Amino acid sequence: MDISIVSLLATLIVAATPILLAATGELIVEKSGVLNLGVEGMMIIGAICGFIAAVNTDSPLIGFIVAALAGAALSLLFAVLTQYLLANQVASGLALTLFGLGLSALLGHGYSGIKPPSSPKMEWFGMAELPVVGPIFFNHDMMVYFSIFLVLVVWLFLKFTRGGLILRAVGENHEAAHALGYKVIRIRILAIMFGGSCAGMGGAYLSLVRVPQWTEGMTAGAGWIALAIVVFASWKPWRLILGAYLFGGVTILQLNLQANGFDMPVSYLSMAPYLVTIVVLVIMSADRRRASLNAPASLGKIFHASS
Amino acid sequence: MKLLKTLMTGAALVVGLGGMAQAEDKTKVGFVYVGPVGDFGWSYEHNEGRKAVEEAFGDKVETMFVESVPEGADSERVMTQMALDGADLIFTTSFGYMDPTINVAKKFPNVKFEHATGYKQADNVSTYSARFYEGRSVIGHIAGHMTKSNTIGYIASFPIPEVIRGINAAYIAAKKVNPDVKLKIVWAYTWFDPAKEADAATALIEQGADIIMQHTDSPAAMTIAEEKGMYAFGQASDMKQFGPTARLSSIIDDWAPYYIARTQAVMDGTWESTSTWDGIKEGMVGIGDFSNDIPADVQASATALKEALISGATHSFTGPVNKQDGSSWLASGETADDGTLAGMNFYVEGIEGEVPN
Repeated sequence: MDISIVSLLATLIVAATPILLAATGELIVEKSGVLNLGVEGMMIIGAICGFIAAVNTDSPLIGFIVAALAGAALSLLFAVLTQYLLANQVASGLALTLFGLGLSALLGHGYSGIKPPSSPKMEWFGMAELPVVGPIFFNHDMMVYFSIFLVLVVWLFLKFTRGGLILRAVGENHEAAHALGYKVIRIRILAIMFGGSCAGMGGAYLSLVRVPQWTEGMTAGAGWIALAIVVFASWKPWRLILGAYLFGGVTILQLNLQANGFDMPVSYLSMAPYLVTIVVLVIMSADRRRASLNAPASLGKIFHASS
Repeated sequence: MKLLKTLMTGAALVVGLGGMAQAEDKTKVGFVYVGPVGDFGWSYEHNEGRKAVEEAFGDKVETMFVESVPEGADSERVMTQMALDGADLIFTTSFGYMDPTINVAKKFPNVKFEHATGYKQADNVSTYSARFYEGRSVIGHIAGHMTKSNTIGYIASFPIPEVIRGINAAYIAAKKVNPDVKLKIVWAYTWFDPAKEADAATALIEQGADIIMQHTDSPAAMTIAEEKGMYAFGQASDMKQFGPTARLSSIIDDWAPYYIARTQAVMDGTWESTSTWDGIKEGMVGIGDFSNDIPADVQASATALKEALISGATHSFTGPVNKQDGSSWLASGETADDGTLAGMNFYVEGIEGEVPN
C-alpha cells in the first residue's frame, strides 16, 4: 500500500480545523450552561461573510475577522431569544441553523464560481523544508495554528483563571452563581458570542481554505459533527483536538484507502470516521461517574432571576 | 363530537374545493430538489428547467420548489405538502425519492408525479432520466487520451445503477483509446457535500490520478483540480467558472424541453404515465465546449464519437465486453439492452475493486 503518511497527516489537519474551531466555541457556550444547536447556521454565515469579505478586500485575514464578527452577530440573535425572551434553547438553536442556511444562500447570491484569495502558509523559519515533520507541522496556514492556540487558551482560561471559574459556576448552578452576584445573563451572552465567532471562523475555513469556493449549504453537517465532538470529548478542551483530528483523519484515510483500491467493503470505510470517533471518545469517558461530572449541570436550563 | 366531525369534514371539503377551483385557473407544478438550487450542478440544472417552464407558460402556470430535501421520509412530507397545496404535477428529482414518490402518489391519484432516474412507475407516476452514460463515453474518450499518469480518478456517489453505468461507460471509452488506463474510484456516499467531494478529489490526486471525473453535484472537485493543476470535467452543469484551465469539457443536463412538454401534457389532459430515457440525440444530455488543452485530433475524434452516438452508429456499450469476473456480457458487435442498463450492478472487466452493496 503506498499511502503517504506524511501527506495524509497534513491533509487531515486541514480537514479537522473547521470542526475544531466550531467545537471549541461550542465548548465554552456549553460550559456556561447554554446549549446552542445553531452551530451549523453560524458556520455557514461565517463561510459566506468571510468569503465575501476576503474576495472584496483580497485579504483572507480580513475574511476570517469578518466571519468571526458575522458568526457572533448571528449568535446574538440566539442570545436575545434564549436569555432575554427565555425561549427554548433547542428550538431556538434549530431555528438559528435554518435561518443561517437561508440567509447565507441569499447573501451568497452572485458569489458562486469566484476564487477566494489563497491563505498564505505560516513562515516557520524554513522549518517547512524539514523532512516528514516539515510538511506535517510547519506547512499550514495561520488558522490551523490559531485553532490549536485557541484550544490552549480555552483550557488555560477554564482551568486557571478566575473568569473561567465564574463561567463554570454559571454553567453548573446558575442560581448559586446569581446569588453570589455574578451576572448570569451577561456572562452567558458573552459565551454565546464567543461560540458564534468561533463557528464563523470554522465556516470561513471551509469556504476560504478547505474547498475553497462558495456553494450554498456547503457546511453539509459539519456543525453537527462539532456539536457531537463536544459531548464525546466530555467538555474537555484537549479531547476536542483528539476528536476533531480523529474524525478528520479517518475521513481522509478512508478516502485514500478507497482511491488505493483497498480491499474492504466501502460501506464500512465510509462509516469508519463516525464509528472510530465515537468509540474512542466513549472509551475515554467510560467511567460514568466522572464523565457525568463533566457535563455542566445547568446545561440547557433556562435562567430567570426571579425563579 | 359527531357534530364537530361533520363540521370539520365540511370545512375540509370547502378548503379542498377552493383548492381545486384555484388549480383550474393555473397549472401548479412542484419540484423537489436534493441539493440547493445554487449548487451549480445537478439541482441547479433542474431549477433552470423549472424557470424554463415558467417562461414558456407565463401566467398559465405556477411553479413551486423545495431545495435540499433529504432522501427518505422528509421528502414524503414535502411531496405531500405540495400535493395538498394543489400541485397538479410534481417532479421529484433524485433517485432516493423513488419509494417516497410512489407512496405519496398512491395517496393523491389525481396528482401527476414524475420521478427522475428511478425505475418504479405507477398510473400517475412517470419516470424520466437522461442517458448520461453517452456523455460519459465522450468524456471517457477524452480522458483516456489526456491522462499522462494513465490514472483517472472517479468520485462516485451511491452504488446505484445510474452511477455504475457511468463508471463503466467512462472506463470502456477510456480503455478503448488507452489500453493502460486505470480507474480509481472513491465512493463519497453523498450527492452534495463540497468539503467531502474536495477531500475525495485530493485523495485521488494523491493516489496518482491526473484527471478527475465526478458523479456528485458540487463543483468542489473542479476547484481542487484547478488548484493542483489537474484536469476535470463539469458534471451536470458546465462548471467552467470553477476551473477555467482545469475543465476539459462537461456533461450538461438539459431538462427544460422535457419539463415544458410534460407541463403542456397536463394542461391538455393528455398526460400519461411514461418512461422516458433520452440522450445526446434528444438534447437531454449536452457536451460542453472542448478546452483548448485538448489536441485538435482528440477534439475531432470526440466529436465523431458524439455524432456516432447521436446517429446510433455507436452505442456506449458495444461488445465484446466482459463482466469484471471475466464472464462474457456482450458478444462482439452486440449492444446492451435498456433493461440490463437500467439495473446495472456490475463492473466491466478491467475495473478494480468491488461494487459496494
